[in-house]
Amino acid sequence: MHLGRVIGRVVATRRLPGLLGEKLLLVRPLDERREPCGETLVACDAVGSGLGDVVHVCDGREATLALHDPFVPIDATVVGHVEEFAHDGPGPQLGGAPARSAP
Amino acid sequence: MFIGKVVGTVVSSVKDPKVAALKFQVVQELDEHARPRNKYLVAVDTVGAGHGDLVLFAQGSSARQTTLTDGRPIDAAIFAVIDSWDVEGALVYQKEGLEAFGRQPAET
Repeated sequence: MHLGRVIGRVVATRRLPGLLGEKLLLVRPLDERREPCGETLVACDAVGSGLGDVVHVCDGREATLALHDPFVPIDATVVGHVEEFAHDGPGPQLGGAPARSAP
Repeated sequence: MFIGKVVGTVVSSVKDPKVAALKFQVVQELDEHARPRNKYLVAVDTVGAGHGDLVLFAQGSSARQTTLTDGRPIDAAIFAVIDSWDVEGALVYQKEGLEAFGRQPAET
C-alpha cells in the first residue's frame, strides 16, 4: 500500500458489469514528506473519498477485496483516509489535530 | 490502473489456444493531463474499445479477473472506456459526442 492524494475523478459509462457503481479516482502518489512522487494512477474508491483527500491505496490483486464484487479486474483501490501519520527524520508530519494547550 | 489510448491492434495467427479468442490492443499510457507517456503495452480488450478510445486498463493478476480472461495467460486488460475526467476540478478530457451533457467536471 502507499499514500496518495485524490486529484480528480474519472467517468466511464462503458465498463464491465461487475464495476457498475464503483467510483474511479485519480490519485497522485505521495512520499513520506507529502511530496508527489511517481506516476498518477486510477483507483477505485471503497471509502467515499473526495478531491484533496490524503488516502492510502492498496495495489495488486488484493485491491478487489474491498469492492462489492471481488471478481473484477481492478489493481488499485482507495482503502482508507489518512488523518495523521508520523515518520522518523526531517520534513513535515502529515495532518493531525493541532497540539492542545493544557486546560 | 492507468489511463491509456488505444493506438493499434495486434494480429497473431500462431498463439496459445487459451488466448486464441481474445482481442489484443496496443495501448499507449497517458498521464493525468492526457499527455502521452513513452510507455506502450498490449492488453486484452474486454469492453469493445475502438481505435483512438481513451480507456482504463489493469495490470498483473487482476487482469485475469474477468469471465473473458479467467484462467488464461493474460496480465493486462482494458475494462472501461473513459467518457471524461477532471483534475483539481478542471475538466481535462471529454469524449467526442458528449458535449451535449455539458463541460462540467464530475462531482467529486
